[in-house]
Amino acid sequence: MEMDWLLLAEVSLAGLGTGGLYALTALAFVIIYKATRVVNLAIGEILMLGAYAFFGLAAGWALPWWVAALGALAVAGVFGAVVERTIIRPMLGESPISVFMVTVGLGSMLVGVVELIWTADPHRLPEFMPNTPILIGDAFLAPKIGYGFMVAAAVIAVFVLLFRFWRGGVALRATASDQAAAYSVGINVPGVFSLAWIVACMVAAGAGILVGSIGGISSTMGVFGLSVLVVVIVGGLDSVPGALVAGLLVGLVEALAGAYLGGEFKLLATFSLLVAVLMVHPYGLFGTREIERL
Amino acid sequence: MRIATAKETYAADEALFDTAVQRVWFAILLAALALFPFLADQYWLFLAGLAAINVISVTGLNILTGYTGLVSLGQAAFMGVGAYTVAVMEARLGTPVLLNLLGGGLVAAGVGMVFGLPSLRVKGLYLAIATIAASFILHFVFANWTSVTRGVSGINVPPAAFFGMALDTPFKLYWLIMPITVLLLLGAANLFRTRVGRAFIAVRDRDISAEVLGIPLLRTKLTSFALASFYAGVAGGLWAYFFRVVTPESFPLLLSIFLLAAIIVGGMGTILGGILGAVFMTLVPEFLKLLVGFVTPVWPDAAVHLSPVRTVVFGAMIVGFLIFEPQGLAEMWRRTRRFFHLWPFKT
Repeated sequence: MEMDWLLLAEVSLAGLGTGGLYALTALAFVIIYKATRVVNLAIGEILMLGAYAFFGLAAGWALPWWVAALGALAVAGVFGAVVERTIIRPMLGESPISVFMVTVGLGSMLVGVVELIWTADPHRLPEFMPNTPILIGDAFLAPKIGYGFMVAAAVIAVFVLLFRFWRGGVALRATASDQAAAYSVGINVPGVFSLAWIVACMVAAGAGILVGSIGGISSTMGVFGLSVLVVVIVGGLDSVPGALVAGLLVGLVEALAGAYLGGEFKLLATFSLLVAVLMVHPYGLFGTREIERL
Repeated sequence: MRIATAKETYAADEALFDTAVQRVWFAILLAALALFPFLADQYWLFLAGLAAINVISVTGLNILTGYTGLVSLGQAAFMGVGAYTVAVMEARLGTPVLLNLLGGGLVAAGVGMVFGLPSLRVKGLYLAIATIAASFILHFVFANWTSVTRGVSGINVPPAAFFGMALDTPFKLYWLIMPITVLLLLGAANLFRTRVGRAFIAVRDRDISAEVLGIPLLRTKLTSFALASFYAGVAGGLWAYFFRVVTPESFPLLLSIFLLAAIIVGGMGTILGGILGAVFMTLVPEFLKLLVGFVTPVWPDAAVHLSPVRTVVFGAMIVGFLIFEPQGLAEMWRRTRRFFHLWPFKT
């Protein structure tokens, strides 16, 4: 069989495009994990909440799309603050299993609430991205995926800079590396926790608007979170560069498996990658190896 | 008030039921379980069967997660392995029921050990996510190994035959499911009076210390995975006889989450907790259905919203129990018991 290079290029581009969205959502996950050591399984459902909030504001209230997008981010931010204060903070210090199950319960509640308000039927988000196809060389890239990737890349770049230079970003990194030391130099650690949840929920909601505008929204779109879970494990739970590299990698693997083996191989391919990485490199590609002391 | 329960030997102190009162209550419970099918209608028998199957699977998961501290989100997939094994043995080979169930348990145990291998290198949440991978990989096998599993259309299972009698009603199946459930529960309860079970607890509390004490981590963790999957396999086998059709969609990741939630609601690391949690979680949706019947005259749309409300209640129960009663229903039960033990004095 002769290799169809153009097809390979197009599939890879689409995969990398989706990978950008994975990376963005994984970034939200990593922010929460770094600051609070919470593995947030509800990230897919928070993404869904953002998409539905956008849908409600843009389609239901007929607001212009950029107002609706800002509104959805605000809703997600408030949601993050409330969840952190009422559900996550009482759980701090509990066993990791309990905290992780709390987020599973939270995700289930979100799915139920969304179905109560908007029913379980799929919806389409209003169009807001340019419609002209993108050509890179001869390869065609669906415009929504292309622009989605660009937005994701821009947001990620902003965040990398914020982590590096902004006081809040530095406080977050300090808290992540040593909580007691962060307290002793006067960092408001509970404040950092709240900040991390607010920012991460907003990032996830933004990713949700992009994902929803590409594939439509439904109450099962939280499944996106499962692929993100693979991304953060492959990259290492507490590594921002890991999330970015693994996001692109998982998007690529998924697209290639889907195109050359068939749609049912997508999840199999990503989860096989996950198992392989876990067996060879248990803390992911860039994750910090935890040293246990007795 | 509870008095005069002094023990003369260590063995008496370690007994499963350590007072005469407990033994009497246990006998009453067994009698009630034996009488139940003659008093209940089809609907309650169906629920009892379903609850018992869930109790077996949850108890298996409790051995792994509650007692050994290894979180697993693959329990439903291991149930699927057991269900498929039983379905194939029953439909193709026609072997006896008990042999099929044993086979289902053993095959599931083998598969469980394979997917337990990552537990040697990773723990905690990394392991939980590795078991999600097991769940998807097994689902793929169920859906695509068509020569054995018949793909997405699934396998129809003939009714279980016991000495020539077809067990095709919930009433008849009850006599297969309930004795097995009681037997497996007694087995699990006794397990933690043995060296193996105590090794599990030691690994949960601090695996490095356990290793220093001379407990082989590799063998202990894999044994725990095998036992948990054995319980899941038997539960899956009974599930196959109960619903009579096995498809890849029968054992979704959501079922694994349900089973893990049942342990949390019931109480991690207690046999009683597994039982209470599984029964409670099986009955809550039915209770909601009943509630919908009550509010329909006032709120005609109630039935439409049943499914989302169920999802919300499911999540809220996990969150609520973890925040307000982390030890679960078992702890509430213990508190009630303590009250009567000490009555009329204040606790």
